[in-house]
Amino acid sequence: MAELQLREAIRAAMVEEMERDESIFLMGEEVSEYNGAYKVSEGMLKQFGAKRVIDTPIAENGFAGLGIGAAMNGLRPIIEFMTWNFSMVAMDQLINNAAKVRYMSGGQFKFPIVFRGPNGAAGQLAATHNTSFESIFSTIPGLKVISISNPDDAKGLLKSAIRDDDPVLFMESEVMYGMKGEVSDAKDYLIPIGKARIAREGKDVTIIAHNKSYWVAMKAAEMLVQEGFDPEVIDPRTIRPLDMETILASVKKTNRCVIVDESNPFASIASEIGFQIQREAFDYLDAPVLRVNAKDVPAPYAKNLIEYYMPSAEDTYKACRQVMYAN
Amino acid sequence: MASETGKKTVKKKSPRKSAATSSVNGHALDGLKAEPLSVTFNTYPPSNKTHRQLGLTKADVLDMYRSMLLQRRFEERAAQMYGKQKIGGFLHLYIGQEAISTGTAQAIRIGEDSVITAYRDHGHALAMGMTSNECMAELFGKIDGCSRGKGGSMHYFSKELKMMGGHGIVGAHIPVGTGIAFANKYKGEDTVCLAFFGDGAIHQGAFHEAANLAGLYDLPVIFVVENNQYAMGTAVDRAAAEPDLYKQALSYDMPSSLVSGMDVFSVYEAMQHHVAMAREGKPSLIEIRTYRYRGHSMSDPQKYRTKEELDAKKDEDPILRLKAYLLEHKMATNAQLDKVDDEVKQEVMESVEFAENSPAPGLETIYEDIYSDKDYPFTT
Ligand SMILES: Cc1ncc(C[n+]2csc(CCOP(=O)(O)OP(=O)(O)O)c2C)c(N)n1
Repeated sequence: MAELQLREAIRAAMVEEMERDESIFLMGEEVSEYNGAYKVSEGMLKQFGAKRVIDTPIAENGFAGLGIGAAMNGLRPIIEFMTWNFSMVAMDQLINNAAKVRYMSGGQFKFPIVFRGPNGAAGQLAATHNTSFESIFSTIPGLKVISISNPDDAKGLLKSAIRDDDPVLFMESEVMYGMKGEVSDAKDYLIPIGKARIAREGKDVTIIAHNKSYWVAMKAAEMLVQEGFDPEVIDPRTIRPLDMETILASVKKTNRCVIVDESNPFASIASEIGFQIQREAFDYLDAPVLRVNAKDVPAPYAKNLIEYYMPSAEDTYKACRQVMYAN
Repeated sequence: MASETGKKTVKKKSPRKSAATSSVNGHALDGLKAEPLSVTFNTYPPSNKTHRQLGLTKADVLDMYRSMLLQRRFEERAAQMYGKQKIGGFLHLYIGQEAISTGTAQAIRIGEDSVITAYRDHGHALAMGMTSNECMAELFGKIDGCSRGKGGSMHYFSKELKMMGGHGIVGAHIPVGTGIAFANKYKGEDTVCLAFFGDGAIHQGAFHEAANLAGLYDLPVIFVVENNQYAMGTAVDRAAAEPDLYKQALSYDMPSSLVSGMDVFSVYEAMQHHVAMAREGKPSLIEIRTYRYRGHSMSDPQKYRTKEELDAKKDEDPILRLKAYLLEHKMATNAQLDKVDDEVKQEVMESVEFAENSPAPGLETIYEDIYSDKDYPFTT
């Protein structure tokens, strides 16, 4: 075990995998000479050279597509988006090529590629720079989506993602890059894709949250504990595939559920989880499933508005009290 | 690298002309004859013309000086306010590039012709006549800001002045500028759109698709690359297979110019020529060589360039250059120019006060400006 920042854990995963397998390379804007816009890839140019740590022009559609072609032809690319906001430029490559060519070719090609970078809001950056995209990509069959909340998961899951033979979208958060946590240094530390983590066991209400929202949920849980409640907190870790088994077992135990999710609410991850719970565990529910999302608006710039926009611990706490009829 | 822009205004044929030969990799392409390429490149080096040759009055030149100085002082103050955390998010300063916005504003019909640009937008906004007050209040995220506190530094808009925005996704606004020009033509107006972007943005597919459409439909748009030598930490020759960006025009059969961005007169002259072409329905491209003095944004430590390089560029400062010109041509005294500086400093100071005093937007405004319906049913 070592204490690492989130960015260091991500880097460690990439470095270990690149040392192991020559066919892995890292490509993106400013990843090489600048050492990464958020210093995630610091030192990697020095270690691996310019053949394997490659700066690109600002041309997301181009280099995402290049990565996909390289994966089709035997390499295992890691493509960094400076933030997922800019992956919108490459949406066609991700959705129509990465996700679908395997299927359309009757399984002749595999796509061992990871697209990674920070996702979601990072403060007062206004509408184009502050969107949470995991729910959008999660609607696309053929893509896997991982959204991590801590350094240890980041390392174990990224290593699994790099070894996975399918396109994996790996979502980080720039506001969490400096967050420290214990990280396993076991050799070949792999966390399986598709397994949720029960972060806090409890019996009164299930709170489900990934990425930054996980910390919102933990804060709300603390507030509830103060009042004598016993919440269970689940971090799904991977959004697609989604570990409904763990979620359902929890809901069947607590009979109540609140989902915290930074996506805009309409057709969000929270909507999907809520739907699946009512289908599979309707008889166990003592209250309607509630969700705490970002507001149903584009992200605003003004400080008071962006704070209001984001899902908050306070709202989560209130929603939990509501499903427990404690209000 | 303004000194590279050549001697006099010369018209030269495309240097790539020889590339269109009738062989590829040594294989003759029988029956294929290359047409000589007709695209012309003009250069607008610094100190090319006097204000009289350009038809500018003393008042015009003094206005240009004031405009550039206002942008400079506004941004210096904004940087300070950012340090005090009065301003959040990203702050990309335009310092060093002011001759471009000012030379452009002087050459277009403000309020009729449109300007669209990326997130480094303060200079263009102020040069076009947006007020320090509305601009500063926007940085502070206040209700009296030009975008009601919803946009911040990267998203200045003024419909009235046809400032069609600062935009945050690199390259994405270039097709939009082309569409603005499409509408000008469609409506039978002789107005034009200038789409500004950086040397980093020219590599986006969006630019190439827009340029092709503009050429195809003869749209009154001018693509203006503000080549400040860097896209974040990437020097232009590390991102461009062809670092002479003006040559991109070849692919789209467009006239193109290479302009010094350190001399407001050079910018003004080039803009006049290109705007006239656009009014005739001829799209074109301008590469303006300039330099940004500050980091890419406030959080950039600028390790990718040397202090010597930066200092050398500061010696070419467009404001100092114009000041020297004014003094040399006895168009103003030092005291008069200092007074202009005092006035713009005062204006900026007052805008800080204005921004401080403007209220934060009410929480209910988060649901405003999304749809035109007043009663749109938002999801909770
Ligand atoms: C599509 C997209 N990719 C990446 C970014 C992040 N980014 C913002 S500015 C910038 C550099 C742009 O440089 P350039 O176009 O030369 O403009 P300059 O900053 O020099 O004015 C980058 C990479 C973005 N905003 N949008």
